[in-house]
Amino acid sequence: MAPAKKRNVISAKTPEQSGKKAKIDLNTKVENVLESRKNANDVFDILEFLESRKEKDVVNAVNACSKLFTTLLEKNELFLGKLPAEDEALSGSRSADEKYSMFMRHRYNSCVEMLLEHLNHELHCVKESALCCLMKFAAGEGQHPLEDLDWNEHYSFPRELIQAVVDRLLTKTTDNSLLISRFQEFLEMEDVRYYVMSSIRENVGKVMDKNKGALVPVYQNNVFTLMSNISVPSEESELTTFMIKQEAKHEDWKVAKLNEHKRAFERMWLGFLKYKLPSNMYKKILVILHDSILPNMSKPTLMIDFLSAAYEVGGAISLLALNGLFVLIHQHNLDYPDFYKKLYNLLEPSVFHVKYRARFFHLANLFLSSSHLPVYLVAAFAKRLARLALTAPPTALLLVLPFIYNLIRRHPSCRILIHKPSTQDESVEDPYLMDEEDPAQCRALESSLWEIKTLQKHYHPDVAKAAVSINTPLSGQEEDITEVLEITTYELMERDLKKSRIKSVPLEFETATQLLNGVGDVLGQHFCLD
Amino acid sequence: MGKVPKKRSLADKVRKTKTSTEIKNNPFEVKINRKKFEILGRKTKHDVGLPGVSRSKAINKRKETLLKEYKLKGKCGKFVDRRFGEYDTKMAPEDKILKRFSMERQRGHDKKDLYNLNEEEELTHYGQSLAEMEKFNDIVNSDDDDEPEEKGLLSAELTASHFGGGGLLRKKTSGDQQDGEGHHRAKSRQELIEELIQKSKQEKRERQVRKEEAQELTEKLDLEWKSIQTLMVKKTPRCDHVEEEKPKLEQYDMMVRELGFEMKAQPSEKLKTPEELAREEREKLHQLESDRLRRMMGDEGGESSQSQIHISADDIHDGFILDKDDKKTLSYQDGKWNVEEESEKDNDEEDDEKEGQSGEEEESEAEVEGEEDGDDEEEEEEEEDEEETSAKPSLSKEEMKAQQEAAKAELPYTFTAPETYDDLKDLLHGHTPDNQRLIVARTQKSNHASLAVGNKLRLQKLFGFLLEYIGELATRSPPELATTDKLIPELYSMCQMFPEAACKTMQSIFGDAGHSSEEVLEVKGHIAFPTLDMLIYLKVTALLFPTSDFRHPVTTPALLYISQALTKCPVRSLQDVTSGLVLCCLGVEYVTFSKRFLPELINFLSGTLHLAVRDKTSIGYTVVPPFRPSGKCSDLLVLSDSESCKSWSKKSLPLSVTQHLELRSDLDRDHHRLMCLSTCLDLVKRCCLLYKDLTSFACIFQPITTLLSKHLSAQTLPELLQELHSEILESIGGAPVTRCRLVLERKKPIPLKLLTPKIVEVLDYGKKRGSTREEREKERLKHKYKKEFKGALREIRKDTRFLAREKLSEVMNRDSERKRKVRELFGSLATQEGEWKALKRRKKK
Repeated sequence: MAPAKKRNVISAKTPEQSGKKAKIDLNTKVENVLESRKNANDVFDILEFLESRKEKDVVNAVNACSKLFTTLLEKNELFLGKLPAEDEALSGSRSADEKYSMFMRHRYNSCVEMLLEHLNHELHCVKESALCCLMKFAAGEGQHPLEDLDWNEHYSFPRELIQAVVDRLLTKTTDNSLLISRFQEFLEMEDVRYYVMSSIRENVGKVMDKNKGALVPVYQNNVFTLMSNISVPSEESELTTFMIKQEAKHEDWKVAKLNEHKRAFERMWLGFLKYKLPSNMYKKILVILHDSILPNMSKPTLMIDFLSAAYEVGGAISLLALNGLFVLIHQHNLDYPDFYKKLYNLLEPSVFHVKYRARFFHLANLFLSSSHLPVYLVAAFAKRLARLALTAPPTALLLVLPFIYNLIRRHPSCRILIHKPSTQDESVEDPYLMDEEDPAQCRALESSLWEIKTLQKHYHPDVAKAAVSINTPLSGQEEDITEVLEITTYELMERDLKKSRIKSVPLEFETATQLLNGVGDVLGQHFCLD
Repeated sequence: MGKVPKKRSLADKVRKTKTSTEIKNNPFEVKINRKKFEILGRKTKHDVGLPGVSRSKAINKRKETLLKEYKLKGKCGKFVDRRFGEYDTKMAPEDKILKRFSMERQRGHDKKDLYNLNEEEELTHYGQSLAEMEKFNDIVNSDDDDEPEEKGLLSAELTASHFGGGGLLRKKTSGDQQDGEGHHRAKSRQELIEELIQKSKQEKRERQVRKEEAQELTEKLDLEWKSIQTLMVKKTPRCDHVEEEKPKLEQYDMMVRELGFEMKAQPSEKLKTPEELAREEREKLHQLESDRLRRMMGDEGGESSQSQIHISADDIHDGFILDKDDKKTLSYQDGKWNVEEESEKDNDEEDDEKEGQSGEEEESEAEVEGEEDGDDEEEEEEEEDEEETSAKPSLSKEEMKAQQEAAKAELPYTFTAPETYDDLKDLLHGHTPDNQRLIVARTQKSNHASLAVGNKLRLQKLFGFLLEYIGELATRSPPELATTDKLIPELYSMCQMFPEAACKTMQSIFGDAGHSSEEVLEVKGHIAFPTLDMLIYLKVTALLFPTSDFRHPVTTPALLYISQALTKCPVRSLQDVTSGLVLCCLGVEYVTFSKRFLPELINFLSGTLHLAVRDKTSIGYTVVPPFRPSGKCSDLLVLSDSESCKSWSKKSLPLSVTQHLELRSDLDRDHHRLMCLSTCLDLVKRCCLLYKDLTSFACIFQPITTLLSKHLSAQTLPELLQELHSEILESIGGAPVTRCRLVLERKKPIPLKLLTPKIVEVLDYGKKRGSTREEREKERLKHKYKKEFKGALREIRKDTRFLAREKLSEVMNRDSERKRKVRELFGSLATQEGEWKALKRRKKK
């Protein structure tokens, strides 16, 4: 190939070129550039392709760039230290070698710029290859730092590059979750994770301050996706995979310490949670809070403010905050005044209809399993649950009834709720106050569980059977509610549908002659056929 | 030789014999066993002993046995009884005889009969020849006439062969006979035998011929009988006709046979008086109702009585019970069912006629089928006219007949059962609802389960297809519910025929619906209201199966489906409200009989009322999902203009609005809202009545009370709704607020522990008693063994002593004999010597 091919050739090239040919072209160009310095100007051709409209060309160019510059980095042919401006560099009296390395360094910088631009490209494959390329550059830079290393103590890490990548990942305009999940594989490496965490914190602070704390749903969603992907290993010995291995005093490097990781993690989350969040974001965070955030923090108690604020919100968010609060109360000696009062007030008819029903009752079961609770409180819970059971679907009833029975079993003094013999046959009004917020004032102990008596007439046979058991003294053994926590209506249906042996099917004996207007017909009173 | 028990019994015998009385009285013979203590109630056997007697008896016994053995010792020749089984006590005497006989026969056989070809072994039973017996049987079967002939043939041989008994005996008699004959006629043995053989062969042949003839005749008779059998069923058997057919046979025989074959008059059930019928009906209904109640309470025990009503033990699922059922329902329910009755009768008549004149019909059918394609519409019109006319009860018979004729001309009478759903659709396509019903009914009749083997399965399939068809009818736009309505009786009757199959089909429908809604729920968190076909299925379920059962394989899942729909379907439009109200109606229907509590129903109704509340700022009640206290769709039932109340009047809503609701003007919309509200209030009223006995009635209806009294004031509502409004509030207010405290069911008092004495079995007195049963038993056995051992030892000693005594006496006898002989010899010698000396002396002298 003739070495005389210069810039003008490129312009002559028709943009409509087959991708394959372009790829071969690019590869040969990369080889040319690496072969001799004479062909240095071919870099421009490659960079030109980076801005092409065709995705294939761009991807090829990105690959070519990554190959070119990583080799250059390895060869140490890029200029180190503070880079002078381009025209100044060329005019200055420097050696040809130096000039070449400066020239290449400038090309490298512009390439990085373009790649960062591409992180917001509309096509995922372009984004992905750009991201991979940038991370390769970061690894290369880490091994062969572009700064002058004056002293040995310095730990080299391409912080700026990582910061730039994170900034681009967390856009305000598009949902980047796909790319972020691709980015997750780089987060396996301890040092990258560490610096990503700190960059996120900076980024969040910057962006949210700029927006004066207002909601930025897309951005916050991106941040959450990225952050929820980060998990800190549980032991220091697990910190093994590094992108860049520091030669000197590796052990003293911040990145190699678990505590530092935890602190960075904690600061990142706290920085994020400081600002106002959309309500569904609250839910998402609370769902993962107890098992992927709290254990990774160095001081989980710092979450108290967030959790108690969330607990105050009410509704589903309160239900979810319970889980985190439980961890804090249980493991970190959190003293939460009026915890049970609030739990009591969480019991609303909607509790039986929300998605997190199983989770809530699992926790409520845990909270109420303590034998040191006062009787009035347990009675209040039992009575309120029974009252709410009057509006519950059968799946919830199969859960609530054993729940109430377990409460009474644990606290035998609550037995007066189902057994209060009196000498004279007096009939009383229900003294229980449903609207009273304080369980101590609601007079539950003076009441009886008439609601369960009502449920003995429930239409579903299993519920009716479960309700009948208050007629006789409860057995000593507690019932296991974990099996019925997640029962669905279809499972209930299947109990009847899948019964293999049906002895004989009872039939209606009133002869049916018409769709409507039969015996006991209600539908026909209000509706007609056409 | 332990002979202790024998000896004891011997001693007892001795004591009891009469001769022993004098011995007993002899004080020297008696030994009295002195007792230390007198024990009351104990009988002692051995207070008095006769040692002398028992000793002598023992000695005698020994002499008989031991001494004999001793004497025979060293001797080898003796008598042995070798009769078979003579000393085998276990064998029954019959067996013994049989065995001995067979052995004897065996022994005789191999020697004498080795070359005997002619004479076969004759098998006998109680001395009678089996072969003869068989012949005898045949004779009885074939004809009576032969008997006298047989009797005439009675001869010595015959008697011998008939009653001769065993082979041996027979041989013997024949031998005797020969002797006798030998005396009378001088025939040689050879001749005689030949003659005998010839005779018997001839006899045999004759018998065979006779038998064949008889058989032919019976066959012929059978054939003819068959040909006239059909006539016999209806009319009285014509005797002369039969006689003509068979002039050969004797008159008497014919008569006898006819009497045998004649249909016997069977006692029919006596006609019941109307009162009896009515009472029976009432009893049956009463039983059905009590069964329903029992199932409602959830008793599983007495299932059998219920099944007796629907499926009797003799029932072969041929559906005949159905007809009976129909008749009965007709007889007690007049008025409403009159139309139905007529049509049923029509059908029956048509069927009858069809049987009678099948030839004509087929022709007309062919014609009709040709025409059908061309002028469907015309026919439909005609039919409609006919339907109208036939609805009138006062029609002369001629007119009815004419109508039937016309109706007959339109549809073929037999249909093959459809194999696939598409077949059914093709079959029903393009017919009026009434005709579709007729088609289905006729398909069902012509494929009745009792007619062919596969029909049951086919009809079961047909049920499934019909259900599918009904679903499809509901999904069409506009839905063709009139057809569905007409098909209901057919569905019901088929369901009665095949309860299991119907149950399976319904279950699969609900299972599929439940499964798909479950999937949607997992993805979206809510589901859309059920489509009209599901609503129809729910309604049909209520018609086919009892809704009041405690647990039912179909209605329980159906209720669950309703409940799920009422809780998980968000209400977003007036159409949704209507769908929900239809579901509520169904829910109320499902629980009307059993009065079971359906919380979702109350939730939905109160939520619907909440939709009509204009001001939602301060509500004193909680709203249960799927409704929300406030928001986008929570004002659906608020009237846009209060004036529209005045122009509103109640009328039934068509079911199709659940699928497609088109309301153009605000006024229409308001009217629809008022319709929904009135439906809702009516349902609330019904619920109030249903649930007024529940203990938590006030709590359940608290939201509705608040809604009605505070938020939906009566003034803004039309008059009709105002009435409902006040009625509901009245009935809620009238319910008792107080109730008795909950008390656990009284347990049965546990009975006091009864202190019954411990009974210890005492097996041996004076022995250790504290030990366990096993130990005591062991002890006892050990003791017994010791006693036995000692006794045996004593006996053996006595035996040896006896033997020694015998031996000694033998020796003594021998010695004394010898001594005697020696002495004799000495004596003779001495005399000889003396004589000789005397002789000598004499010689000397």
